[in-house]
Order: sequence, then structure tokens, then C-alpha cells
Amino acid sequence: MKPSSTAGLAAAALLAAASAAQAQTDPLQVRSWAAACANCHGTNGQAQAGNQPLAGASQSEMLKKLMEFKSGARPATIMHQLSKGYTDEQLAAIAGWFAAQKK
Amino acid sequence: MNHVQFNRRRFIQASSAASVLGLAAGCASTGAGSGGKVVVVGGGYGGATAAKYLRLWSEGRIEVTLVEPNEAFISCPISNLVIGGSRQMADITTSYDNLAKRHGVKIVRDRAAAIDLDKRQVRLAGGATLPYDRLVLSPGVDFMWDALPGLGKPGARDKVLHAWKAGPQTVALRRQLEAMPDGGVYAITIPLAPYRCPPGPYERACQVAHYFSKAKPKSKVLVLDANDDVTSKGPLFKKAWADRYKGIIEYRPKHNTVDVDAATGTLKFDFNDDVKAQVLNVLPPMRAGDIAHNAGLTTANKRWCEVDWLTMESKAAKNVHVLGDALQIAPAMPKSGHMANQHGKVAAAAIVALLAGREPNPLPLYNNTCYSFVSDTDVVHVASVHRYDAAQKTMVTVPGSGGVSTAASELEGQYAMAWARNIWADSLA
Repeated sequence: MKPSSTAGLAAAALLAAASAAQAQTDPLQVRSWAAACANCHGTNGQAQAGNQPLAGASQSEMLKKLMEFKSGARPATIMHQLSKGYTDEQLAAIAGWFAAQKK
Repeated sequence: MNHVQFNRRRFIQASSAASVLGLAAGCASTGAGSGGKVVVVGGGYGGATAAKYLRLWSEGRIEVTLVEPNEAFISCPISNLVIGGSRQMADITTSYDNLAKRHGVKIVRDRAAAIDLDKRQVRLAGGATLPYDRLVLSPGVDFMWDALPGLGKPGARDKVLHAWKAGPQTVALRRQLEAMPDGGVYAITIPLAPYRCPPGPYERACQVAHYFSKAKPKSKVLVLDANDDVTSKGPLFKKAWADRYKGIIEYRPKHNTVDVDAATGTLKFDFNDDVKAQVLNVLPPMRAGDIAHNAGLTTANKRWCEVDWLTMESKAAKNVHVLGDALQIAPAMPKSGHMANQHGKVAAAAIVALLAGREPNPLPLYNNTCYSFVSDTDVVHVASVHRYDAAQKTMVTVPGSGGVSTAASELEGQYAMAWARNIWADSLA
């Protein structure tokens, strides 16, 4: 199995777990965690030119990418180092928050 | 819980006071709600971000006044490229207008002169006073001039520049480099850590050397560092100096500058021989900005402000939140603009929660990314992730996260400029 599809499956499993856990996650806390990404990805994920916009993107695709950065399967300049600072559940919650923002 | 109840009670008092004032003023302000009054002192990365996010996250209910003496925001990050000549001041300047127009922040162009902690008022240099329910101080750094007696002589500080607050000195230092004859020496002195922007002096050395390599190839860059070694991205900077600027940059550690003779262009050290140079660029030792220092908030070593990392509230003064370079840092947390922006959001979220009678987020979690240009195009970075540790009551780096570039690259140069555009917009637009 390719590393990316492994990460995809892992992300799907994580999403299922995350949606169950989401009821317990304080949405304001997730908003604060997501705001720490805005320095590079724009306020509410609405990015300026040169970096990936996150607002309104697919939660599952964002999470798959983040898990690939974290595992090292996806090459990066910086995201492989930053993604390792977050638990899988935190990444799922943050991706979910950006997915819900207006593009 | 007592804390929250206390705040809820005060919040009710504050909102009735605000509505009375609103009536008296004819409700002229944009979007002023009944959620209390916050004054933000300092429109740098920390203060501008706090002001914007207080308005966003209170949905306009908190009245926010930003006190800032400068007409526009000038970024310290990227300012070394202006000194190197590959960027202009306009490239690093952003208007404050959007904070007012889009977010309803009241901008007062003045300098905060003093804080009355008991009356909860800020007195402005222009004479007015601003009352607050909560105060956000983003005072940046000021210099400990007493450490360098020679720079107290008349005119000395006009000749020997720091250019460590982006603005007129950035332009003036560029002019000095342009005026220097080929074959001259530019010397930059670095104080003992902690100081604002750990990798900044080494990036500046690269930018000046880049300029010399193109325009003045017989000239030299001397880096005189009080520290035992390069304090940030050491191997990456040393590689750039060896590969790109061999024979131009000379690095001398353990050179603690103790005095400067501006008239003769001489640097004096505690243990080493004097050094003369045509252009002196002296970074004095730093501490939290005067407004915080004079209010008695610099409880760490009489230099830096200690805070509760859950709220950024000062440990020395209730209802006062301190951000950015002025802080006694948590372990491995740099004094950077990126970090100040993150502090601004933590403070904004906490103040919105506290004024509404809610508990603040018990787990702040944020990151730092810091790019340094080793030429006009090629860049290296350092990154870290910081989370609150409840047992230690401080921010700690998450084990296994963060790191530096493998090598300088043009791709990271593009990301560095994308970072700049995004953080300027996140803080100011």
C-alpha cells in the first residue's frame, strides 16, 4: 500500500473518531488553535497570495495532507515540523474549523 | 470560579458605564457594543493583532481603542532587506486604516505617557486620559543606554545607529552604507541574549555582505557578538558566511560591547581590544518598553514582564495584559513578531471570555515560524510549536516538533514573502 493511501485511511478513521469527540471539544478553543495558523494562511484561513487558503476546503483532504506531513510521507519545507506539534485529534478539529469557514 | 464571578460583576459595572458614556457621546462610534472597553497600547505585531481580534471575536461588542504614535505600521521583519538595498520602505509599510474601517478599532495617534493602575486609565502625551476595563500593552523594547555611556554624548546616537526599530533609522543606516567608501568596515554589535529577534543581527550581516559583494567588494562586515556563539540558526548562517561571503564577513563571539566612541568610530569591549569601523551599528541591551517599565511591570530582572500564559495578564497588575518582545519569555520562545501576533490572539480570546464571564481557553497552543534571508532571494527558517503546560504553568515546546531548514533556498524565499503578506494582513487588514 502506498504511504499516501495509508495516510488517507488513517485520516478517514481519525475523522470518524474526531466527529464523535467533537461534541466535547469547545468550539472557541478550536477557533483559538486555528487562529495560530492565520499568520501564514490568513485570518479565518482566507490566505493572501503565496500560501494555501484553508477556508472552506474539505476537512478530509486537509486532514489527509496534515497526517502525511506529520508522517513524513509528504515533502514540505516547514509543515512536517509544525504538524508534529499537534495531536491527531487537534489536527482533525482544526481542519474541521477551517472547512466550516467562508471561502 | 471566584475569578470569573469577580469579572462578571465588574463586566456588568463596566457595561453600564459604557452605555452611559455612549449616550453622552451621542453613540457616534462605529459598532461600539456594551461589552466593555479595552485600550491597546502599541500598534506593532502584538497590539494590532489584539485590537483586530478583540473586535472580531467580541462581534463588535467590545470597544477597542488603539494608541499608536506612528502614522503607519513599519515591519521589523523584512527591514534588513531595506538595509541591504533589495527592498524599499514602502514594501514594509502597512496603513492602520483597515483596523478602523473594517473592524471599528478607534485609533488614537498619540503616545501613551503613563498608566494609572488604580484608576484604570491611560494618560496620553497629548494630555487626554483613556479609561479601560482591560488594558493590552504591546510596548516592544526600549534600550538600556546606561550600558553604553559614550552614546549619551550629544549627537552620538544620530551617528551610531541601532536600526532595531524599523523606521527612520532603517533608512539612515542604508544611507550610511551607501556613503561608505569601498574598502571600509561595517561593524554590528550584538548584546547578550535575550534581545529582540535572535537571528536578526546575523541576517543583517548577510544583507550588508550581499550589498558589499555587488557594490563594494573590498569592504568588510564585522559581527561582534557578546554571546558565546550564534544564538539562532547557527550552522545555517555559518554555512552562508563560508559559502557566499567568504572574506567579507568575520564573526567574533564573546565580544561584549561596553562603550562606544562615536566621534572616532571606536567600539570598546570588556575583555577584547578596541575595534574601529567606518559604519557602527550598535544593538544596545534591551528591556520591555518604557511604558511597561515605568508602570512597575518589569518584575523579571527589572527588564521583562511576567504574565499568566493562559490570559497574558501581568503578574504585577490586574486587568493589564502584556504581549510580545516585552515578555519574560517561556522556555525556547523567541522574541519575534510572529510570536507577538500569537500572544495578541491569546489575549484577545481571554479578554473576550473574561468580560463575558467565561473561563479562558485552558490549553493555548500556537507556533512560531521565523524566516531569515541569507541573500536577496535565499532563505532559511526555524519553526517551533508551543503549548501550555498546566503543571509548570508556562508554555513549553512540543517534543518532536519544530526544526530548521536543511539548506537555504529560493523556494523558502517565496514562502518568507508569503508569510510577510499573510501576517501583515492577519494583524492589520
